Amino acid sequence: MMARLSQFRLKGLVFMAIVVFAVPLFISNPFHYGLATQIALIAGAVVGLNLLVGFAGQISLGHAGFFGMGAYFSAIMTSNYGWSAIPALIVGAVGVAIIAWAVGRPILRLKGHYLSMATLAVGFIIAIILNNERAITGGPDGMPVPAFDVFGWELSPFGQYSLFGMDISGDLAWYLFAGVVLLAAVWLAQNLIDSPIGRALRSVHGSEVAASVVGVNTAKYKSLVFVISAVYASVMGALYGHFQGFITPSVASFDFSILLITMVVLGGMGSTIGVIIGAVVLELLPQLLADFQEMEMVLFGLILMLTMIFMPKGLLPTAANLLAKRRSKSAGGDA
Amino acid sequence: MFKNITRRASKFAAIAAAGLLAMNVQAAEPIRIGSFLAVTGPASFLGDPELKTLEMYVEKINEEGGVLGRQLELIHYDDAGNASKARNFASRLIRSDRVDIIVGGSTTGATMAAAPMVEQAGVPFISLAGAVVITDPVKKWVFKTPQTDRMAAERVLTDMKERGLTKVGLISGTGGFGSSGREQTLAAASAMGGIEIVADETYGGSDTDMTAQLTNIRGTDGVQTILNFGFGQGPAIVTRNYAQLGIELPFYQSHGVASDGFLELAGSSADGLRLPASPLLVPESLPADDPQKPVVEAYKTEYEARWDSKVSTFGAYAYDGLMLAVEAIEKAGSTDKAAVRDALESIQGHVGVTGTFNMSPEDHNGLEAESFRILEVQDGSWKLIN
Repeated sequence: MMARLSQFRLKGLVFMAIVVFAVPLFISNPFHYGLATQIALIAGAVVGLNLLVGFAGQISLGHAGFFGMGAYFSAIMTSNYGWSAIPALIVGAVGVAIIAWAVGRPILRLKGHYLSMATLAVGFIIAIILNNERAITGGPDGMPVPAFDVFGWELSPFGQYSLFGMDISGDLAWYLFAGVVLLAAVWLAQNLIDSPIGRALRSVHGSEVAASVVGVNTAKYKSLVFVISAVYASVMGALYGHFQGFITPSVASFDFSILLITMVVLGGMGSTIGVIIGAVVLELLPQLLADFQEMEMVLFGLILMLTMIFMPKGLLPTAANLLAKRRSKSAGGDA
Repeated sequence: MFKNITRRASKFAAIAAAGLLAMNVQAAEPIRIGSFLAVTGPASFLGDPELKTLEMYVEKINEEGGVLGRQLELIHYDDAGNASKARNFASRLIRSDRVDIIVGGSTTGATMAAAPMVEQAGVPFISLAGAVVITDPVKKWVFKTPQTDRMAAERVLTDMKERGLTKVGLISGTGGFGSSGREQTLAAASAMGGIEIVADETYGGSDTDMTAQLTNIRGTDGVQTILNFGFGQGPAIVTRNYAQLGIELPFYQSHGVASDGFLELAGSSADGLRLPASPLLVPESLPADDPQKPVVEAYKTEYEARWDSKVSTFGAYAYDGLMLAVEAIEKAGSTDKAAVRDALESIQGHVGVTGTFNMSPEDHNGLEAESFRILEVQDGSWKLIN
């Protein structure tokens, strides 16, 4: 059983790696690389959120707040205090972890609508602070973020780099970097899901009462996964800020929180690959629909509605079900 | 399958060379003007008239034979006032649509998010957003048409000084416009000298009552006049509260409320207040020898005839942006990006709706504080003071 599980884990990861590294074969435009980079970074945050929503069955409507905190902490430290990007990212993630733990302990005692409201409030508070502390954050007009640097080596979408003797553009370099980060995020998440912690989380999702009866410390696991998903958001937020080169408080906005949750639900709660597909679809759709001008938002809403009506379990689980059904049907036909 | 993969791979290998080649090949006939505007979302009151203006004048220019004998093609996207969307669309305009020039960026955040990419790619960019950070420090490829909030502050403070009012109570919104305006007013006051901000209050964007802040200011020692820097419904509420409290001090608002909509919201309580605004609000009271008069009147009648809605100052920013772009392309004689940029920078005496533009390498806005006219509300309509 364990062997099969780990095998599956590896297979999923290898499949993803192939997809990630095959993308550059099909696109060549720097604009597309930029979009793909952004999708990979947001997908990383969504994978973290899925741990909380899809596996532990808790909801967070304020996750963009953590994303924004990571982005702003890194932006402020690197541009105003001359920090290097990596320590800023790590210290930011630790800070977010502490805040998420302090906030998560009390609010995770709440359930259902009350939990959504509490997380919503956390997101709002963070967004308001980013908007109003003009002296530090630049207020609603936003602030510039320096390029991502590692030991004095800079990764900028505008640079030129060489990798294994091949000349690659900064956009492609960023994409590859974001792809590797996403793979690492998925690998961590998959390991967590298949660990005792993951099983404890799923038992909480199934029935919190039953879980505590069999001896699972539900409060501990719930705040643990809340912290982990907040750290995911923080790290991805920091990278996102460096990639964009400029951030405004909209990265911490309620709209963005909703978008993140929608990615999880649309892609398929509890399926790591599924939520990544959700992120890809929701980031690409606005670009594909941009040509429809005024109809863009209407079509976007319509597609979301139809998907949720006809595929309530999300894109990937529904597709997998369909496939399984067809296979069993054809198997039945053979017999 | 294998053949397919090798084809893909060779295609990938050829990309670098192909990309370089494509850069050098002149694009198809039309001149491509790119734009990203906040057509929907909270800043749609900016983007909507801007887009309408661009669409209608691109059409008009094309009917009249285009520029350099080539037609104009407008490619625009809706960034909904969101900075990261703006950055994506700027990237798309530059790298995918390969536009010759960009006229857009309704909000400061959208403009600043797109600026690094524009700078790097070397595409002339005329922004339609207000804040002073866009052109100070000067960025090589970035220009802008609206006056800065610094100029509005200077214009108001100068008018106050002329009336002998030197102790100012300041109240401002905490949104982007209000807080930037507050900062610039404080800076302008200390730079000008002889005028002093004695009270400094703020209100949130969704506050519904500002009597507490106004009472505080009224209670401040020696305050002679009050200035409100804000946007949206806030300033209208401040104006109403001002009248309800019966404050007798001369009252100033910023250019953020220079629209007929504000007069409707504030009603009779707006009587007597002054503000810096575009001449677009008072075309008929401009003196006949004002060089801006024909431009302003033509824009107003054409816009209102075409769209059957009131003209707005924000649309005028887009008008000026497009006309500056056209003049620069004509001057450069081609769409070569560096040549167009140089031409933009050397534009002198371009009479627009917002003001008269005199660009220079040190000034990518080209407007003077005097391009703002001081208006006073009298009997529910605008009166030109100077």
